Amino acid sequence: MSDHNYTPNSKFGKWFNDRLPLLTLANHLTEYPTPKNLNYWWTFGGILTFCLITQIVTGLVLAMHYIAHADMAFDSVEHIMRDVNYGWLIRYIHANGASMFFLAVYIHIFRSLFYGSYKAPREVIWIIGIIIYLLMMAAAFMGYVLPWGQMSFWGATVITNLFSAIPLVGEGIVTWLWGGYSVDNPTLTRFFTLHYLIPFLILGLVVLHIWALHVPGNNNPVGIDIKKPSKDTVPFHPYIVIKDGFALLMFMIVFAFFVFYTPNILGHADNYIEADPLVTPAHIVPEWYLLPFYAILRSVPDKLLGVVAMLSAILILAALPWLDTSKVRSAVFRPLYKQFYWILVADVLILGYVGAMPAEGLYLLVARVATAYYFLHFLVILPLLGLREKTTPVPLSITEPILGGTSNLATAKNKNDLKI
Amino acid sequence: MSEKKTNRRDFLFTATYAVGAVGVAATIWPMIDQMNPDASVKALASTEVDISAVNPGKTITVLWRGKPVFIRRRTDDEITEARAVQMDELKHPEKDEDRVKNPEWLVMLGVCTHLGCVPLDQKGDFNGWFCPCHGSHYDTSGRIRKGPAPTNMEIPKYEFVNSNTIKIG
Repeated sequence: MSDHNYTPNSKFGKWFNDRLPLLTLANHLTEYPTPKNLNYWWTFGGILTFCLITQIVTGLVLAMHYIAHADMAFDSVEHIMRDVNYGWLIRYIHANGASMFFLAVYIHIFRSLFYGSYKAPREVIWIIGIIIYLLMMAAAFMGYVLPWGQMSFWGATVITNLFSAIPLVGEGIVTWLWGGYSVDNPTLTRFFTLHYLIPFLILGLVVLHIWALHVPGNNNPVGIDIKKPSKDTVPFHPYIVIKDGFALLMFMIVFAFFVFYTPNILGHADNYIEADPLVTPAHIVPEWYLLPFYAILRSVPDKLLGVVAMLSAILILAALPWLDTSKVRSAVFRPLYKQFYWILVADVLILGYVGAMPAEGLYLLVARVATAYYFLHFLVILPLLGLREKTTPVPLSITEPILGGTSNLATAKNKNDLKI
Repeated sequence: MSEKKTNRRDFLFTATYAVGAVGVAATIWPMIDQMNPDASVKALASTEVDISAVNPGKTITVLWRGKPVFIRRRTDDEITEARAVQMDELKHPEKDEDRVKNPEWLVMLGVCTHLGCVPLDQKGDFNGWFCPCHGSHYDTSGRIRKGPAPTNMEIPKYEFVNSNTIKIG
C-alpha cells in the first residue's frame, strides 16, 4: 500500500486529518500505485461502480412514483412511462441499466478468469465479488417482478418455486417467501423492500472489494507480482482516472444506444400484459443475463438435482482459487489454458442461447452437453491442467520485455522464491 | 487461575449466554414469522363453485387461495383412458379412483408440480395437460407422465355441496 505518513498542507486539513484521516484516505486513493500495463479490460471496475450509482439514483427516483401493490403496480409503471416528467427516460435507464450492469460484470469476471486475478493473494477479493454477483442476481430478479406484468408474475412463481425442491421444508419455505399460497400482494411488497435494500448491501461490499484489492494491489496482464511503487507502476491519478474515464465514455455510448434507440429489445413483450394468475405465458424466459443458469436448471430431468446443479454452477466459482492449481496467473503464459478459456466462453454463450430456446429435442441435448462441459472445466480440466501444463517463460517485471535486463531486483528475487 | 475448576463466574457466563440466546431467538422469531401468510390471507380458505353450466369435455378454472383450480367434466373416453393405465407406468403411482370423488368430475390444482406454472388444457402426449414452461405432460387424471415435474397435480380438499355445487377448501 502507498505511504500512509501523509500530512495535509493546510493547518485546518492537518487538524481535521488528525481527528478523522479522510485526507489520508483521499491521498491513498490518488497515489495508489497501479501496474502501468493495465489494458482496457481493467476499466470495468470503474464502469461497474458507475452502473451501481446509476441504478441507485434512478431507482430512488422511480420509487417516488411507483406503488407497490398488486392492484396498482402495473398502472403506476405506466403512469411513470406516460405522465411523470422524464419518467420514460428514468425507467428506461433503470431497466437497461440492469442489463448494462450485467454486461459489465460478465466482462469483469471473464477478465479475472483470463488473467488469473482470483489466485493468491486475491482470493478474498474474488469471493466478495461472487457475493456481489449473487446479490446482483437477487436484486435484478426482484426488480423484474415489480412492474407486475405477466413475466414478472410467472418469473417470480418459477424462481420462488425453486425452493420447493428442498426436501421436507421446501413447501413451507415457499409459503413463507410468498406470504400466502401463491405469488400475490404480500410477495410484491416484500420484494420491493428487498429490491430497495440490496443495492446498499452491494455498495457496502464494493467498499470491501476495493479495500481488499488495495492490500495486494491490482493484478496485471502479465500476472506477476510487482514492487509498488516502482518503475512498473503509475499513480492512480491521473493515469488510471483518465483511462477509466475514457472507457466509461465508450460504455455510456453503448448504454445510451439501448436507452434511446431500442429500450425494449432486452425485455419481453409479455411484461406489458398485466399479471394474470390464471394464464401462464407460452414461453417463460428469464432476462438474458440469467439464461446460462436457466439452461443448466432445465437440462437436468430431476427437480431437486436441477436446482442443485444451477446453484452449484454459480457457487463453484467461489472455489475457483483452489480448483485452479496453476502457479502462473495470466493465460498469456498458459498456452493450453488459453484454449480451454475460450472453449469455456463459447460454452457459456451456447448455454445462454439454448436457455432462451424451448427445452426439447436438439436444444435439450446441446444444453446437457454444455452443462456437463461447464462442470468438467472447473472440476477436472482446471485442477489437472495446473499440474500438467508447460507454461511459457514469465517476465521478471513489466518493463523487462521492453527495456531488457532486470529492472527490479527485489521482484526478481521474489520470483525465484516462488519458482514461477 | 491455573486450575480448571468450575466457579461462580463460569456459571454466570453460561447463564448469561443462555438467556441472551433465548432473548435473541425470541426477538428474531416475530421478524421471521411476520412473512408467513397473515390472517386475511388465511381467511380466504374456501370457495363455492357452481358447475351446472359445465358440459362434458369442458374445463373451468376458478381461483382459490390465489391459485387456479381446474374443474373438468371428463368424457367417458377420458375416464376409460385414465383407468386403463397400469400403476408401473406412472412416475407417481396413484389410481384414478383415488383422485376423484365422482369419476365425471376431476377437481385439481392447476399448478404444475415442477415450478408452479399453469398447464394448458387438452395438450401434450397424454391428452391431458401440458406445462409450457418446462415441458411436463399430464394425463386425463392429471398424473405426471413425462417431463421434469416430480408428482401428479395436487387434489385440493373439496366436496359436492349438491349436484351443482362444489366447495373447495
